[in-house]
Amino acid sequence: MAYGPHTADDRARMLGALEIDSVDRLFDDIPEALRASALRLPPPEPELLLSQRLMALAARNRTDLASFLGAGVYRHWSPPAVDQILLRGEWYTAYTPYQPEISQGTLQSIYEYQSLIAELTGLGVVSASHYDGAAATAEAALMMCRQTRRSRVLVSAAVHPHYAATLRTYFHGRLEVDVIPMAVGGETAGTVDLEALERLLSQPDAPVAGVVVAQPNFLGLLEPMARIGELAHAAGALFTAVIEPVSLAVLAPPASYGADIAAGEGQPLGIPPQYGGPYLGLLATTEALVRQLPGRLVGLTTDIDGRRAYVMTLRAREQDIRRDRAASNICTNQALLALAASVWLAAIGPHGLRDVAAWGAVRARELETALAAVGVARLHAAPYLNEFAVRVPDAKRVHRRLLERGFLAGLPLVEVLPGEPALADGLLVCATEVTTPDEIATFASALGAELSGDGRADGQVRSPAPTGAAR
Amino acid sequence: MSVVGPRLRPNLFERSRPGRGNGKIPHPPADALDRLPTEARREQPPALPELNEPEVVRHYVNLSQLNYAVDTGFYPLGSCTMKFNPKLNEWAARLPGFAQLHPLAPDEAAQGTLELLWELEQSLAEIAGMRAVTLQPAAGAQGELAGILMIRAYHRDRGDTERTEVLVPDSSHGTNPATATMAGLRTVTIPSAPDGGVDLEAFEAALGPRTAAVMITNPSTLGLFEKRIGELLTAVHEAGALAYMDGANLNAILGRFKPGEAGFDVMHINVHKTFSTPHGGGGPGSGPVGVGERLVPYLPEPRVLREADGSFRLERPGERATSIGRLRSYVGNTGVLVRAYAYIRAHGASGLREVSDDAVLAANYLKHRLRGAYDIPYDRPCKHEFVASASTIRKRTGVRTLDIAKRLIDHGFHPPTIYFPLIVDEGMLIEPTETEPVETLDAFADALLEIAREAESDPAALHDAPRSAPVRRLDEATAARQPNLRWKPMTGRQMPCPD
Repeated sequence: MAYGPHTADDRARMLGALEIDSVDRLFDDIPEALRASALRLPPPEPELLLSQRLMALAARNRTDLASFLGAGVYRHWSPPAVDQILLRGEWYTAYTPYQPEISQGTLQSIYEYQSLIAELTGLGVVSASHYDGAAATAEAALMMCRQTRRSRVLVSAAVHPHYAATLRTYFHGRLEVDVIPMAVGGETAGTVDLEALERLLSQPDAPVAGVVVAQPNFLGLLEPMARIGELAHAAGALFTAVIEPVSLAVLAPPASYGADIAAGEGQPLGIPPQYGGPYLGLLATTEALVRQLPGRLVGLTTDIDGRRAYVMTLRAREQDIRRDRAASNICTNQALLALAASVWLAAIGPHGLRDVAAWGAVRARELETALAAVGVARLHAAPYLNEFAVRVPDAKRVHRRLLERGFLAGLPLVEVLPGEPALADGLLVCATEVTTPDEIATFASALGAELSGDGRADGQVRSPAPTGAAR
Repeated sequence: MSVVGPRLRPNLFERSRPGRGNGKIPHPPADALDRLPTEARREQPPALPELNEPEVVRHYVNLSQLNYAVDTGFYPLGSCTMKFNPKLNEWAARLPGFAQLHPLAPDEAAQGTLELLWELEQSLAEIAGMRAVTLQPAAGAQGELAGILMIRAYHRDRGDTERTEVLVPDSSHGTNPATATMAGLRTVTIPSAPDGGVDLEAFEAALGPRTAAVMITNPSTLGLFEKRIGELLTAVHEAGALAYMDGANLNAILGRFKPGEAGFDVMHINVHKTFSTPHGGGGPGSGPVGVGERLVPYLPEPRVLREADGSFRLERPGERATSIGRLRSYVGNTGVLVRAYAYIRAHGASGLREVSDDAVLAANYLKHRLRGAYDIPYDRPCKHEFVASASTIRKRTGVRTLDIAKRLIDHGFHPPTIYFPLIVDEGMLIEPTETEPVETLDAFADALLEIAREAESDPAALHDAPRSAPVRRLDEATAARQPNLRWKPMTGRQMPCPD
């Protein structure tokens, strides 16, 4: 066995102590009729060969592309110090700090994480981590229902479609979800239709537990959060803001516009995209809702000698104590990713964070200008931070063509929001501090050439990626 | 700062000094944000700590050294399978081809990862004896939710809407009843039989037209194989209910028992237990779920599909109308799954069987070494873990399991899981795993035997344990009564440390 320590002598000694001749005796309690058929798996693979297999698989992914794809997952530069810290076995090979005396490292790091996210959001209670932005949003919606004892939640159509889908799964027909449509046409197109929201909030027979709106929204646009919060509260509903944490360096914190809960994806805080996870579900709320918050919390206290120390607290909300009356079934969370986010924030600092957010805005504006110059205009007029949709007829085909030319040309919106005719020609693109002016120029040029039907003649485009990647 | 003890560390905020740590990111133009509307802008920048890189590194390295971890010592935390985390797997997950792949990259740009995921699904299905596997759930508890929602959908589709109860033994993980509640079902708790196994008669009495599912952990949380599992599964199916297996203890039965073959309809697998992916101080995990034929239509979306030409793709939204839907964003905790794939490949069929053989042998050996000094309430061959109890010690000396656990820290060991399962008085659930050499098992047994002697000779010393850890026992009551959940600069009497 690859990592097992036992020699034949070791096994013989243990079997001898147990006075049995074979380890098979320890499995005699499995009824004969229920014993497993032979495992049909390949033979063990020595590390040398396995490492080559893994490299070959990784090489078949196209990570060489010039990427303008965001849609909830954003590439950011991470100082090498961050991963070197995360590779310390004392962090990643420990488990939940059930024994606080020998887990102060993890406990203090979680407390610091809670404090960092509290600073970013302005909300004082932050869960030790949740699975991802989608699950955190679903849990936020459940919190609003428990707190208000109402069963209907309004979710903006411009919340990440995976989050909305997850929320529906968590509600599974037991609780009700209504969609707040986006405004169509005019200056506010692509943002929450405020009149529709007011109508949805004013149905007396169907009181609303809470409203869920993203800032920036899935289309990259900025929503009138303060107004939405007022409308929700006026109807006795709570308000969840789905946030992107890097943007909070420059955008108003959820507490400032009256959000009761902030949920979101922590991946932009230096966590690699890695095809979907592990990421970091952010969940923050006010002191008033602390008992509804699912997941672990770490608090400051002292030991019996009066030394400052940290411990998991308010545990009566949790499944291992409360069982069927717990706030959620969550047990294992994403602690290592909360640590990753904290180390990243500490390493780049508040000025670095602000610069990261501002560079996204700068590069995105350059992208907008470059695309406009080749005739590709924005789909919406509302302000954006670092992501926006452009009008590209037959976006799916164009996207595929650009892939062959070495570009990951954002996301054709029809793939994830097929029910929105206003977005049928939409291509969602983003930029961050790692996007270069050269990439923007060549991308705009390639897109322009593609749309003018002159795809192959353009000498500016990048050469196709190595073979073997697409099959 | 004088407010911290000799081994504890000032926090990030206390280390901060204005002006430190600039320069990693070039400054953007001053007007970068002018185009944003004022009402959307932040007025005050967040008060995040300012540190230079050497301070950041020292802070986190010093903090890490306050932790006990598998990489520093024996961690026999029952029910958690704290086995060695192979370093090759950390390297593999960080390969840029895996780590830098965007989750919405088109299928043709993600063939390497899609093939890995597809192959992992096949391997896990084979190990579990199931028809198909979803890799989407982020952890075991989310896998449970997926499983119970699929069972609910199955009954609904058959017009069987009265099934609102989930039967759970009283020895189960707390996630089982909490999951039933999240799925909108009611938990019915079934007491265990005197031998620690499922009480078949009690289950049969509770089974009926209202039963949606039975959730069983096998081997149980006592580390015992459920000998009557075949009869129980028959009874469950005769009642029209489905059987859910909590796969937390899969490490005991690899190649010996395939739950799907035996008749379970659905199970989750904690890859951070059985398949060695790191526990990360509390996560991430990953909780793939295997299902039998009947539940395949309800699997969460998206599935990973293999096309006729040998290429791979993700299912498109809405492609399978019967799906229970999404449990989270994107495909799953792929970075964790890369590690699990590497682990399964490294071991192969023979190696995985050996994993369970050695895990079970180690647990039985350790149990044998402790017999006499500790109560062994269910003394028959165990699987990968077993329960010992300090019940007699407590009656004789007043020393509790908690004291013994804390004293183990002074001996250089992580304590076992204590006071779980809830049905054992003064219980300790001990899981050595297969990656600990026999010298370590002996040293741990010796420590527990010495502590048992110490309980007789000097019980007061045990109440004071631990003495060698970075901190001593904590004031958990104050932490809960006056929660301090985030750092705010503190002065005077608010300071939690008297010095």
